[in-house]
Amino acid sequence: MDFELMLRIYPFFLKAAVVTIELSVLTTILGLVCGALGTAARLSRHWYLRAIGAAYVSVIRGTPALIQLFLLYFGGPQIGIQLDAFEAGVIGLGVNIGAYMTETMRGSIIAIDKGQTEAARTLGLSRFQAFRKVVLPQALRLMIRPLGVNINALIKGTALVAAISVVELTYTAQRYIGSTYKPFEMFLLSGLLYMVIIYVTGKGISYLDRKVRLT
Amino acid sequence: MGLDFTVVPAWIDTILLGVVWTIAITVAAAVLSFVGGILFAVIALYAPWLVRQPFRLFTWLFMGTPLLLQLFLIYFGLIQIGIDLPAFVAGVIGLGLHFAVYNSELIQTAIIAVDRGQMEAARTLGLSHSQALRKVVVPQAVRDVIPPIGNNMIALLKDSALVSVIGVTELTLSAQLAIGRTYRPFEFYLVAAVCYYIINLGMEAVLRRIERRIALSR
Repeated sequence: MDFELMLRIYPFFLKAAVVTIELSVLTTILGLVCGALGTAARLSRHWYLRAIGAAYVSVIRGTPALIQLFLLYFGGPQIGIQLDAFEAGVIGLGVNIGAYMTETMRGSIIAIDKGQTEAARTLGLSRFQAFRKVVLPQALRLMIRPLGVNINALIKGTALVAAISVVELTYTAQRYIGSTYKPFEMFLLSGLLYMVIIYVTGKGISYLDRKVRLT
Repeated sequence: MGLDFTVVPAWIDTILLGVVWTIAITVAAAVLSFVGGILFAVIALYAPWLVRQPFRLFTWLFMGTPLLLQLFLIYFGLIQIGIDLPAFVAGVIGLGLHFAVYNSELIQTAIIAVDRGQMEAARTLGLSHSQALRKVVVPQAVRDVIPPIGNNMIALLKDSALVSVIGVTELTLSAQLAIGRTYRPFEFYLVAAVCYYIINLGMEAVLRRIERRIALSR
């Protein structure tokens, strides 16, 4: 174990960790937006919106994220989509995790008893009001934990953008493995940083979960 | 540069060979992850403290880091300590270990959930502790977690694309080889995506059949 080497190069890994965090945050935001849209589509009254939502979830979850990323980054220019690697990473990963989040959100919403909607409708609330004021607040409480699982997977998933040369943690580890021939040290450096990011995020999600349960 | 799918047929053999390798690596890694998952679960629950604690550290490390990073560690790490494995074997070990850790978590919960009475009854009938585990408790636990393990195996299929990065010529790398010659990334990645989607549908159908079988055997 070469601790001297690890001490010398850890600043590069810290810088890379910042990129991983940026990627994770932006991807989470985009994923939540895609998830909300996907859920709205899947629960829609119109069959064509439901079909679009179902196709989105099925296609994205049925193919590897790496292929989706390559298709967007390398294939995009052929159909007029020109993105730099970081943008392609955020969009590709965000749309990908959005499909998984769609299933999480939809699951939490349909888990709320139908009687709730019926009671609200009887009390004179419109379909939309009943959803927004009665069903959604209860569903939001249910979805925080499973969304946390999605986000945990997403943070590890950001490693994929190393394959399109975004200089984040995994790419940095890979580069230093190539130049130092010390794979274990590099794995440890980047692995520990990933675990710190995941640990802190997990704590944040537990905090949020506790907080909404109290209200 | 627009789209031109007429270049695809010339590469169909390469792509199909890639499909075969993707299925091969998925099946091999799935078997390893299943057997490894059972083994890891038993170690995590029943091994002596001195074995269990370092083992926990190992699982924790594997669950908290990206698969891609683990593949780099295994592929280059083994070379460093003088074991020069073919990329395919390194890929199977990497994918297999990664998912074994996840399967182990599921199996552990299931083992705990198997009624204590089962173990007691087996011991009363004269089986040793390890026999009772092997023949009574573990089989029931495994049966209970086949559906979620099936979901892990579908995730494994998709993650098998990652081994292209360490040079296994499966579907993704086959597509890349074709792209290297034709400069048609969109067409070939789309073809690869369609292939993955079809394999995925096939796998889901097989898993549903297995689940029905298990439901009947209860």
